Amino acid sequence: MNIQSNKWIGQRTIRPDGADKVTGRAAYAADTTLPGMIWGKVLRSPHAHARILSIDTTKAAALPGVKAVITGADLVDFPVETSVMLGIQDMRWMARNVMAREKALFHGHPVAAVAATTESIAEQALALIAVTYEVLPHVIDVEAAMHPDAPILHDFIRHEGRPSNIAGRIENRLGDVESGFAAAEVVIERSFRTEPVHQGYIEPHAALVSVTDGKATIWSSSQGQFMVRAMSGLLTGMAQNDIRAIPAEIGGGFGGKTIIYLEPLALVMAKRTGRPVKMVMTREEVMRATGPTSGSASKVRIGATKDGRIVAAQGVFHLQAGAFPGSPIRGAAGCAFAPYNIPNVHSLGIDVVSNRPKVAAYRAPGAPLGAYAVECVMDELAEALGMAPLAFRLKNAAKQGTKAAHGPVFPRIGFVETIEAAMAHPHYSAPLGPNQGRGVASGFWFNAGGESSAQVNVNEDGSVVVITGHPDIGGSRAATANITAELLGIDYRQVSVLIGDTSTIGFSNLTGGSRVTYASAMVVTQSTEKVITTLRERAAKIWKIDPEAVTWENGEARPAGANAGQFPPLTLPQIAARATETGGPIGAGVQLNTTGAEGGFATHICDVEVDQALGIVRVLRYTAFQDVGRAIHPGYVEGQMQGGVAQGIGWALSEEYIYDRQGRLENAGFLDYRMPVASDLPMLDAVMIEVPNPKHPQGVRGVGEVPLVPPLGAIANAVHAALGKRFYALPMSPPKVLEVLEPAEAVGKG
Amino acid sequence: MAKLHVTTTINGEPAEFLCEPQQSMLDVLRGPLGLTGSKEGCGSGDCGACTITLDGRLVCACLMLAVEAEGHAIGTIEGMAEGDTLHPLQQKFLELAALQCGICTPGVLMAARDLLERNPDPSETEVRFYLAGNLCRCTGYDKIIRAVLETAAEMREGAR
Repeated sequence: MNIQSNKWIGQRTIRPDGADKVTGRAAYAADTTLPGMIWGKVLRSPHAHARILSIDTTKAAALPGVKAVITGADLVDFPVETSVMLGIQDMRWMARNVMAREKALFHGHPVAAVAATTESIAEQALALIAVTYEVLPHVIDVEAAMHPDAPILHDFIRHEGRPSNIAGRIENRLGDVESGFAAAEVVIERSFRTEPVHQGYIEPHAALVSVTDGKATIWSSSQGQFMVRAMSGLLTGMAQNDIRAIPAEIGGGFGGKTIIYLEPLALVMAKRTGRPVKMVMTREEVMRATGPTSGSASKVRIGATKDGRIVAAQGVFHLQAGAFPGSPIRGAAGCAFAPYNIPNVHSLGIDVVSNRPKVAAYRAPGAPLGAYAVECVMDELAEALGMAPLAFRLKNAAKQGTKAAHGPVFPRIGFVETIEAAMAHPHYSAPLGPNQGRGVASGFWFNAGGESSAQVNVNEDGSVVVITGHPDIGGSRAATANITAELLGIDYRQVSVLIGDTSTIGFSNLTGGSRVTYASAMVVTQSTEKVITTLRERAAKIWKIDPEAVTWENGEARPAGANAGQFPPLTLPQIAARATETGGPIGAGVQLNTTGAEGGFATHICDVEVDQALGIVRVLRYTAFQDVGRAIHPGYVEGQMQGGVAQGIGWALSEEYIYDRQGRLENAGFLDYRMPVASDLPMLDAVMIEVPNPKHPQGVRGVGEVPLVPPLGAIANAVHAALGKRFYALPMSPPKVLEVLEPAEAVGKG
Repeated sequence: MAKLHVTTTINGEPAEFLCEPQQSMLDVLRGPLGLTGSKEGCGSGDCGACTITLDGRLVCACLMLAVEAEGHAIGTIEGMAEGDTLHPLQQKFLELAALQCGICTPGVLMAARDLLERNPDPSETEVRFYLAGNLCRCTGYDKIIRAVLETAAEMREGAR
C-alpha cells in the first residue's frame, strides 16, 4: 500500500470511458430515446409567492396529442406534520418542491405537467392550463426574511412560539468564548453577505421513464441511481422492487443532482399513458428551479493575543434555504473554524426560508460561506497583529490531536504541510505590479465515507470487469481501474469499469461528499483481494499443493515456501481458462459502510489585478495546495482542484442570482449569469501534497470539495491587497467594485 | 404543417431529412438524424456544447435553422475521428485528463480543431479567446488549454 513505486496507482492512465466522451458516443440522459416515446413539460409559477386556488386542466387535456396532465394531487401526499427523511432530505419538502401543493413558493415552482406526442404540443398544452392564483407578498433576502413583519412562507414553521421563516439551527461549541474573548488582546468582528450561486453544470436535468407491466425503468442524470429509485418510489407510491434506476452518463452535478426534479413526474405520466415519457429541462428552468446554493449573511469575531495566538472565535451564519428548510448550515458552521486550533469556539448556523428555489448541495455545501467570512477576518487580524497571513495561519494551524469545535479530534492531517508548501512556493514571493495584490486563504471539508458496493469479475480470457454503484462525475472509473490493475498486477487496460444500475449492483450511496474514490477504493480493494485469494486457491488446486504455499505477484500465481520453483507460474489468463475445472467462475463482491474518511485541508494563493476605471478584477495567478492523501489518478485530482478554484473565482467575482421587485429571477441564462469562460482565467496551478490517510488501504482522502472552500477568501484578500480597501460582500463584480472605489459617483448613478 | 425536405452533407456523406421550418439544426441532428454527440446546454448560443461546422465555419447548432443546411456541408463531433483513429486533439484530451464530465467536450474539440486549422501556432491567449464561447464547468480550462497547445506543437512537429 501507498508505495511510490506502484505501477498503476499514481499514474495518469486513460480513463475507461474516455474514447466515448471525446467522440460523442457517450450516452447522457437527454441522448436516450425509446420507441413510442412522448414528451413531458412542466408548467411553472410566474409568481414568487401565491396561493393556488384552482387548476383547470380540461382544455389542455382535450388538445389532440396530449396524453396526460398532472398536478400535485397526482403525487403521494406527505402531510407537513410528519417528517419522512431519506438521507438528509425530507420528503415533505421534496414532494412539494417537485410539484407545488398548497402554494407556489418561488418563481419557477412546478404547478402542473403534461405529456404529449411532441414537444411543441406539450408546450401548447401548458398554455391551456388555467391556474387561479392569489398572489401573496413575497420575501427574497435572508435578512428581510428574518424580520418580524416578513411574509411567512410556511405557517407551520415556528420560531420562539410564532410562525417564522427561521426553520432551523445548528450550534458547535468548544470551551468558553466569553472568557476566551476576555483574554484576547486584539479582536476583529466583521459582517459579510453573499448571493446565491448555481452549480452551473452544463447538462440540464433530463429523465426518460418507461413503465411496462407495473415495472418502471428510469434513465436519468443524477449523482445517485439509488437516490433516484428511493425518492421516485416514495413520491409516486411505487415499491423499490418495481423501479430500476439506470445512471446515464452525467454532464456535471457538483451536488446539484443529489435530488430529483423530473423523475417522479415522468414516472406518473408514463404509468398513466403506457408510453415512455422523456423530460429535459431548458437552461432557464435549470436556473429558476434547481440548485442553487445559499446566499448568506454572516458575522464573525476572532480574538488573539499579541503574540498571534487565537484564543476565541465566534460566528453566526444565516443561510438562505430557498422555499423549503434545509440550507447547508452544518457545513458553514462546522467547517468555518476547523482549520485552526482555537480553545474557545461558538459557531452558529441559522436556516432561513425565502421565496427562492430550494437550495441543493453545491461542492462542500456551506463550507465556502463560513470560510469566506473567517478567512477575511483572519487576514485583518494578521494585519492588526503585524504578522504575515500565512505565518499567522501556521501558528494556529490544526494538527494531529487538535479538537475541532464540530466534534472530532483530528488524526494525522496535512494542513500544516499545505501552509508550509505555500510559503516555500515561488508564487508566494513573486513580485507584483501596480494595482495588483496577493491574497491567501485556507479551508476544510469533512469528507465522507458511507455505503458502497463493488463486484470484481474475472472474464474467461483473464480480463477483468469491475462494477461499482457510484455515477462517475469526474474520472472515478480511471481511479478504480488503476487500483484494480495495481492489486492484480495486470495492465490497467485489461480492466473494464462500469457503473451498475439499481438492479445490477448493491446499494451505494450518492456521488457526493468527496466520497467516491475513497469509498469505492475500499470495496474494490477488498473485492480484488478476495479474487486474488481465489486465484491462489485455483493455482494450488492445479499444482495440488496448499493454497497457503501460493503467492500472487505481478499478475501471476507462484509456488512459494518449500514448493518455490517447483512449478512454472500461472498467469491470470491461464487460471481463468481453467476456472470451470477448478471450481467455477471467479469473482467477488464486497459491500461496506465505509468509515475513516478524515477531513481535507487546503491553502490557496491568489494574485489579482484591479482595473480601477472599470472595476474589473482579474485573477492573474492562482496556486492551490491541498493534502490529497494519495492521488490514485493525479490528472483527475488536479482536475478537481482546478475545477473547484474556477467555480470559486466565479462565485467571488461574477456569479449571482438577480431578482426584480416582483421576486422574479432576472438572469436565468448563461449570458447574464456569468460563469468564468476560458479567457477570464489564468492557468490554475494545483500542488498535491500526499499525507496518506492511515485509515484507508491506499491512503486516500476525499479531494473534490475542499478546492471550493478557500477561493472566496483568497480572492477577497487579494483585492484588498491590490486596493487597500476591504470588501464585505460577494460578488466583487465591476459595479460593486466601483461602488466601493467611487461611492459618491455610484450613488449618483443609482 | 407540412415538413420541408432538406438535402445536405453531414460529415462528408450525403444526407437528407424532413424538418419543420422552426426546427433548429441541433434538434434535427439529435432527433431524426440520431447524432447526439452535439449537446444542448442552453439553447441560446451561450455555452457552445452544440458547436458544429457549417461549410467549415463554427456555428452553434442551436442557433441555426435546420433548413439552412440545404446545399451546405455540416460537420459534427461524430466526424472528427477517422474510424477508430482519434484526432490528435481527442487523443491529447484523454492523455491530459482535459475532460471530467465530458458534456462540453464535443463542442470544445470542434472549436479547438477549427482554431488549429486556422492557426497552427496559437498563443495561450489566442486559445483562451478562441474557446471563450465554450463553457466548461468542471476543469477550470487549465488542462483543456494545455491539451490544445500541446497538440498544436505536436502537429507542427509532425508536419515538418
